[in-house]
Amino acid sequence: MTTAATKAGARTAKAKPATMAQALGRALRDSMAEDPTVHVLGEDVGTLGGVFRITDGLAEEFGDDRCTDTPLAEAGILGAAVGMAMYGLRPVVEMQFDAFAYPAFEQLMSHVAKMRNRTGGAMPLPITVRVPYGGGIGGVEHHSDSSEAYYMATPGLHVVTPATVEDAYGLLRASIASDDPVVFLEPKRLYWSKADWSPEAPAEVGPIGKAVVRRTGRSATLITYGPSLPVCMEAAEAAVAEGWDLEVVDLRSLVPFDDETVAASVRRTGRAVVVHESPGFGGPGGEIAARITERCFHHLEAPVLRVAGFDIPYPPPMLERHHLPGVDRVLDAVARLQWEADS
Amino acid sequence: MTVQELPGAATYRPTPPPAWKPITDPAPLLPDPEPYRVLGTDAIADADPELLLRLHAELVRGRRYNTQATALTKQGRLAVYPSSTGQEACEIAAALVLEERDWLFPSYRDTLAAVARGLDPVEALTLLRGDRHTGYDPREHRIAPLCTPLATQLPHAVGLAHAARLKGDDVVALAMVGDGGTSEGDFHEALNFAAVWKAPVVFLVQNNGFAISVPLAKQTAAPSLAHKAVGYGMPGRLVDGNDAPAVHQVLSEAVARARRGGGPTLIEAVTYRMEAHTNADDATRYRVDSEVEAWRAHDPVQLLERELTGRGLLDDEGIAQAKEAAERMAAALRDRMNADPELAPMDLFTHVYAEQTSQLREQAAALRAELDAEQDHEHSAEEGR
Ligand SMILES: Cc1ncc(C[n+]2csc(CCOP(=O)(O)OP(=O)(O)O)c2C)c(N)n1
Repeated sequence: MTTAATKAGARTAKAKPATMAQALGRALRDSMAEDPTVHVLGEDVGTLGGVFRITDGLAEEFGDDRCTDTPLAEAGILGAAVGMAMYGLRPVVEMQFDAFAYPAFEQLMSHVAKMRNRTGGAMPLPITVRVPYGGGIGGVEHHSDSSEAYYMATPGLHVVTPATVEDAYGLLRASIASDDPVVFLEPKRLYWSKADWSPEAPAEVGPIGKAVVRRTGRSATLITYGPSLPVCMEAAEAAVAEGWDLEVVDLRSLVPFDDETVAASVRRTGRAVVVHESPGFGGPGGEIAARITERCFHHLEAPVLRVAGFDIPYPPPMLERHHLPGVDRVLDAVARLQWEADS
Repeated sequence: MTVQELPGAATYRPTPPPAWKPITDPAPLLPDPEPYRVLGTDAIADADPELLLRLHAELVRGRRYNTQATALTKQGRLAVYPSSTGQEACEIAAALVLEERDWLFPSYRDTLAAVARGLDPVEALTLLRGDRHTGYDPREHRIAPLCTPLATQLPHAVGLAHAARLKGDDVVALAMVGDGGTSEGDFHEALNFAAVWKAPVVFLVQNNGFAISVPLAKQTAAPSLAHKAVGYGMPGRLVDGNDAPAVHQVLSEAVARARRGGGPTLIEAVTYRMEAHTNADDATRYRVDSEVEAWRAHDPVQLLERELTGRGLLDDEGIAQAKEAAERMAAALRDRMNADPELAPMDLFTHVYAEQTSQLREQAAALRAELDAEQDHEHSAEEGR
């Protein structure tokens, strides 16, 4: 769907249109095939293949013991995954929707995030928690939350979110292979986004924690991730008409945070806008803006701005378009970057 | 309104809905109304004398461990200690009933079970001393970290037991929880998962009467905590938690059942916490002396000692020997706990992730600089003297 992904995918011979959902499913399948300790568990992940069909076919191929329909209890699922990891398995947990991961918060905060630390390194927990997140699919309440700030605020967790088909595959593979717990946030409105992509020759994504410049530019940097990447790419194209040449950085990983790539970009452009759909107050954008200010203060031509969702509980679906940061809001923010200083 | 009261009830016989069928007969799952006992009953005749003597020696040692650890709080050597005095029969039985390959999932009160399982007494206390969260490698001893958030260790036990079974290992997990902990969601989720998965887990509830200050009557309306098992489809067992051979026997049966694929069991051990919740708590605010005194007459060490001396299995010399061994353990513990733990501030950053993030590397460098500055300051202060 994104230009970057399409271009990258086209490089490989057997590339054909694939959705992010398919790439995620393929990543699970390949991980399970390679490593018998990888187990998938969650609600409806077996026969149904998950409500978003990400786990489609896994139970059939690997059996119920490897892809398990659990009782309906998020704390129990994640708590059991902790015990499984303690015994040498690599559980991949599917949380059905963002807001339904909340019952499992205690297990996540108190145990998943801390077990390595609590045991002085003796007991790392290689657990991947997949959470479909964000809005834009017309879901009724509790189906569209962006919870990344909670996860980011919890030391011990990696927080990863792909925005392209290629990254969905590569980052999920890397997350499952990680010896640390990873909260893998899946932008659910990009599940059906497509790219020409070949599972036989997937692009390397490198270790978790590297941001990538999706579009180079000189005037200002848009810093974003997950569901807001396509919005920013579109905004950058539209900005050309205004005479602005925008750079777009896709973070891909919120923890660890790639200070290097972000700071290097902002030093080049001197202006930055952070774009995400989760609420702005106490949200990731504040942290990112602070980091940029600390590192790039003398390079900045303007304050770092944030374009975020409103500070409201996620709205009903018929109003969500007013809440989600769109191209216009991003361009408005860019327009506020005190251009007169430049001219 | 019952069915019989409905109009036309005499001729109308409702059939169950098509999908309805009982999955399990609940009768064998229900606990006996009286806690199971061995001491003072015919069952004692079947008990192995060697086991009885071992239980006795361990109980005496366990009691001494509890008093020593409590004393260490008064000397400021331990930040806090939740004593299991009065509950030693449960602690010891839980430790002795497991094979080496099995796993113990203790709560914060179960230091003694971990020590009785063979954990170094000092390693077991580092959490409570405040220098380390877990002073041992859980995998080495097959003891999960002492768990503070109530009941959250129970799903871990289920997951581990399930994983072991998937791998073909005949490993059993024994998970310990208090009466208050049975009200937590994680308790219910763990029991349900264990029953559905037929996981080889034994849940041991030590009903010691109180959750800090809250008595059992305000915790649950169930006839007993063991009754909770039946709704999940696993057997519930009630046992006198101060009767060491009884707890050992009930746990053994449950462990054996789990090991042969029979699934989980919930065991409620009826016992009493003789001390306050921790050294920081004032138990006189919520319970009366007469209640404590009544339980003192049902002391686990005394109960077993009386039975064994009465049966001629133990004499004064044997009791003295057990006490001496306990004293030696206490003296060694005292000595070792009197040494200040060595702390390395830079370790703060070592075990957050497999590899430090650049953010943590920056913070570690900042602390390193602070420490160096501190040291320089001390050096120059010394030189100036
Ligand atoms: C989730 C959670 N809530 C509250 C507490 C604080 N707390 C510590 S012990 C305790 C009482 C526990 O009682 P019980 O389960 O009966 O165990 P006991 O202390 O009697 O062994 C409470 C409320 C906690 N540790 N964890």
